[in-house]
Amino acid sequence: MADKILAKDKLPEFLAQLEKEHRVYAPQLQGDDYRWAPLEQAGDVVWDFSNTRLSPKEFFFPQTECMMRFVNDPADPEGMIMKPEEPLDEKRVLMNIRPCDAKAFGVLDLIFCQDDYTDDPYWRDKREKTLLVALACNDPCPQCFCTSVGCGPHSEAGSDLLLVDLGDKLLVKVTSERGAAFAEGLEEAGEDDQKKAAELKKAAEDKLAQNLTVGTDKIAQKEVLELFDDPMWDRVWESCLNCGTCTFCCPTCHCFDIQDETQGKEGRRVRNWDWCMHWLFTRHGSGHNPRGTSKERVRQRFMHKFKYIPLKRGGEIGCVGCGRCVVLCPVNIDVREVVNQMNA
Amino acid sequence: MDFEAVTQKIREIAKRLLSEGQVDAVLGYREGTVPMRERPFFAYTPEEAEQLVWTPFCCNNLANFLIRKPKGEIGKWGIVAQGCVTRNLVGLIQENQLKREELFIIGVPSPGMVDRRKVLDKFPGKTISQVLVEGEELVIKGPGLDERLDMKTVKRDNCYTCIQRNPVIVDEMACDKAENDSMGGDIDKMAAPWESLDPDQRWQAFYDNFKDCIRCYACRDACPLCYCHVCFVDESQPQWCGKTQDFADVATFHLLRAFHCAGRCTDCGACESACPVGIKMRRLTSKIEKDIRQMYGYRPGLEIEATPPMSVYKPNDPEDFIK
Amino acid sequence: MFNPYLPYPVRIKEVRVETEDKSLKSFWLEFMKPEDAEAFKYTPGQFAELSVSGYGEIPIGIASSPTEGKDLLFTVNKVGCVTSKLHNMQAGEVMGVRGPLGNHYPFDRMEGKDIVIVAGGFAVTTLRSTVVYMLHPDNRDRFGKITFIYGARTPGMLLYENEWSEWQKRDDIDCHITVDQEFPGWEGLVGFVPTVTEQVAPKPDNAIALICGPPIMIRFTQPVFDKLGWQPEQIVMSLENRMKCGIGICGRCNVGPEYVCKDGPVFTKAQLDQMPKEY
Repeated sequence: MADKILAKDKLPEFLAQLEKEHRVYAPQLQGDDYRWAPLEQAGDVVWDFSNTRLSPKEFFFPQTECMMRFVNDPADPEGMIMKPEEPLDEKRVLMNIRPCDAKAFGVLDLIFCQDDYTDDPYWRDKREKTLLVALACNDPCPQCFCTSVGCGPHSEAGSDLLLVDLGDKLLVKVTSERGAAFAEGLEEAGEDDQKKAAELKKAAEDKLAQNLTVGTDKIAQKEVLELFDDPMWDRVWESCLNCGTCTFCCPTCHCFDIQDETQGKEGRRVRNWDWCMHWLFTRHGSGHNPRGTSKERVRQRFMHKFKYIPLKRGGEIGCVGCGRCVVLCPVNIDVREVVNQMNA
Repeated sequence: MDFEAVTQKIREIAKRLLSEGQVDAVLGYREGTVPMRERPFFAYTPEEAEQLVWTPFCCNNLANFLIRKPKGEIGKWGIVAQGCVTRNLVGLIQENQLKREELFIIGVPSPGMVDRRKVLDKFPGKTISQVLVEGEELVIKGPGLDERLDMKTVKRDNCYTCIQRNPVIVDEMACDKAENDSMGGDIDKMAAPWESLDPDQRWQAFYDNFKDCIRCYACRDACPLCYCHVCFVDESQPQWCGKTQDFADVATFHLLRAFHCAGRCTDCGACESACPVGIKMRRLTSKIEKDIRQMYGYRPGLEIEATPPMSVYKPNDPEDFIK
Repeated sequence: MFNPYLPYPVRIKEVRVETEDKSLKSFWLEFMKPEDAEAFKYTPGQFAELSVSGYGEIPIGIASSPTEGKDLLFTVNKVGCVTSKLHNMQAGEVMGVRGPLGNHYPFDRMEGKDIVIVAGGFAVTTLRSTVVYMLHPDNRDRFGKITFIYGARTPGMLLYENEWSEWQKRDDIDCHITVDQEFPGWEGLVGFVPTVTEQVAPKPDNAIALICGPPIMIRFTQPVFDKLGWQPEQIVMSLENRMKCGIGICGRCNVGPEYVCKDGPVFTKAQLDQMPKEY
C-alpha cells in the first residue's frame, strides 16, 4: 500500500477507529521519565520524547506471568493437575513505539516461536493481539546506536505502521498487512511529504553517525571459541555489579525463571524475568556452577547477544541499539565499547 | 573544590604507588560515557592510573568492589575514598571482610555528589548530551539546551545531611581536608520523613515509593554491606521471599534488606544512585539508623575500635520492647 | 493451541529405592489420559521435565525404553526442593511430565555399527533406555556388537540390577559391571570405569561410543578412547545443565550457542570440542 498522510488534528478520529477494538497505550511523561500507560485522550500523545525508560516488552513478556494454575489439594479429583491460564482478553495498540523497540519484538519472535514444539503460546497470543504503530526517530539520543546493529531511526522492521513526524502531519508507512487495514481510509501522501520524510531520515542517520558507533562485522567472522577465550574479558567484568538492570531494561533480553507458588488450596506456576548476570542462573542443584565467576557471566551476556543469537537466528543480532543499558548501568559498563572490543 | 587539581593529585599518588609496587591496584573512577556518571575503574599500572578522575559525578561506593574481587588476587589495594566510603571500609574491617594493612587509602573530602535525576528533572523530556563542571556550577548542554545550575541545588539527598565529609581513616590525602565534616543539613531532622505520617499514610507512602521496583537488585549489589554469599532472597531451602512482582514480595525484599543494614549503613547513597527507576530506599535505612542513634548513641564506621551495637550484646541493653 | 509448558498429568505407579543410601529412587509413571500417552513418542537419549505441582520441575533423562510400553521410568537423585518432595511421594499420587524433550542418541548413525556404552554412576539412566531398546527383537539386528561398561562406587550404588543381571546372561551383549573397590559379597569386576574400559579395549573400527558419567569419569575415560584411536565424531555424550523451560527459550542451559535442552543433551565429542567449556 502506498504511504499515507495523517494530519495531527485528525488524530482523534484515527485513534477512535483503533479504540473500537483495541486499548491504546502510549508513552507519557510520569515523573522524570516516559512510561507506557493507557492513552486516555488524543491530546496526551507526545511526539518529541526520546524513549521510555524501560522497554515495552512487558506487554508481551510480563515481568511476572502466571502460566498455569492448579488446585493444591491431592484429595480433589482435579487436584495437582495444571490448567493453563486464560489468554489475553483485550486487543492492544502500542502507539508511538520507537522502531528499535518494534524491531526487538521481531527478534524475540524468532526466539519465542522457533518451530512446532518451541512455540510459546503466551507470547504468541499477546503478539497476535497487539498492533504496533511505530514513531520514527527524527532526533536520536546520544546513546543510541541502532544503525550499527541492523536497525535504524526509520526502520520498518517489526511494526504494523510507521509514522514519520513531519510537523503538523504524519507520514504513515504501512509496514504490515495488519497495519494496512487501519491506513485504508487515509489520504495518500504527496511527493513533498515523501521527500521531507526522506530528509528527516537522512538527518537522523547522520546524527547517529556522530554517536559512538559499533562494529559487528568481524564478530560474525570470528569463531565462537576465539571470541570466548579473548583476554579482553579479564577487564570487562571488573566493575559489574551482576545486578539485573541491563537485562531488565533491554527490549531483547528474554531469559526467565519458572517457579511454583502455593497459598492454601491454590497453586500457580509463574515465570519471572531472570538475569544471566546472577550467580544462581546456572547453578546446579549439586552446587556445581558452570558460570560461577562474574567474568564468565558478563562474558555470557555479550556473547549471547552478539554471537550466539546471530549464529542461531540467521544473523539477527540480539540487540537493537536502543541505548537504555548504556544510560542505566549503575557502573557505566558501555555495551558499545565492549562490542567494539569484541570486533577488534 | 578544585576537581581538576584533585584529579591530578590522585593520578600522581596512584602512579607513584603503582610504580613503587606499594599496591597491586588502585581503585578509583574514570570518565564515564554518559553525562553525570563516572565509572569505577581498576588501575593496575601507572599508565592506567592516568585515567583516574575525581568529579561530583562519582556516585558509586568503591568499598563495594573490594569485597567482590576474588580473594587472593590482589595483595594490597589503593582506593580513592571520601568520608562515607571510608566509614564503610571501617565497617568492613570491623566485620572481618578486609584488613587495614591491605588498604592504602587515598583520601578526599566529599564535595557532595550530584544527583543526576535532579538535574534531569529540571529539564523534563529534554535530552542532555553533556554536563560540565565550572567552579560551583554545572553547565548542561544538549539539543536546544544550554543552561547553568548551581551545583548546591542538585546534590544527592544523603549528601545534604552528610556528617563525615573527611575520610575517617586515610593514608594520604589528595587535597586539604574540608574545614567542616558536616555538610550542614540536620540528619536527625531530615531522616525518616514518614515519621510524622499516620499508619495509613505511611503505608501509602511506602507503597508509592516502592511500587516501581523491578527487582533488579542494583541497590543490593551496589551496597558494600551486602556481601552475603547467599542473599536471603536467593535462598531456596527455605525460600524466604518470592521472586514475583507481587507487592508483598517487593516489600519483603526492601524491608528485610534495610534491617540487615541496621547499625551498619553510612548513608552513602550508592543504592539510590544505582536504582534504574529512581526509588528512594533510603527512606527505610535512614529511619533505622535514626533509631540506632537514639537507642544506642551509635553512628556506624567512625572508629575501627568501636563495637557496632548490632553485633554485640551487653547485659544492660535496652529491653523495653519486650513486653 | 499446543502449550509446551503444560505438563501431562501422570500418576506414580511404583516407587523403587535404587541405591543403598536411598539417594536415588526410580519412579514408574502412567499417563492419566490415553491421548497423552499416544502423544508422548520418545527415543532413547531424550529427557522430560518432571513436574511436581507446588514445587517445580526437574529435567530427568528417560530411563525406560519406548519398547517397554506406555509407562515411563525415571530415576531421580535427591538434591533440592523438587527432588526432596518427589522422594516423599508414593504410588497413586499425581504429578506431571512434560516432553519428550531434547535430541536422542544418533540411532540412524549407529545402524550397522558396533556400539560401546560406558556409564558411570547414575548417569546410566538414558543408557538403560538405549540398551533395552537395542536388545529388543525388533531392533537388535540393526546394530553390531554391543559392549556395556558400567561402574559405580559400591555394589549398593549400582542401578537397575534387575536389568543388567539379565543382560549378563545374554550372548548378544558384552557386560562389564564394575565397582570402584573390593567389596564383601561382590564377585564381579573391581576397578574404576576408565581402567575397566582400558582393559576391555573397544576397537574404534565401525563403532560408536556412548559415554555418560560424572565429569571426573569422563576426564579419565576420554584419554583411553584417544589411545585406542577413536575419532571425536565417534564419541557421543550427554550433557546436563540447569534447565527451566526445557524448550530452548529461557536462556539458562546454553553452552555457547547450543541449548542443552534443545540442541542437546546429546552431543558428539566433535561438537563439544567446538563449544566453550561452560558445563
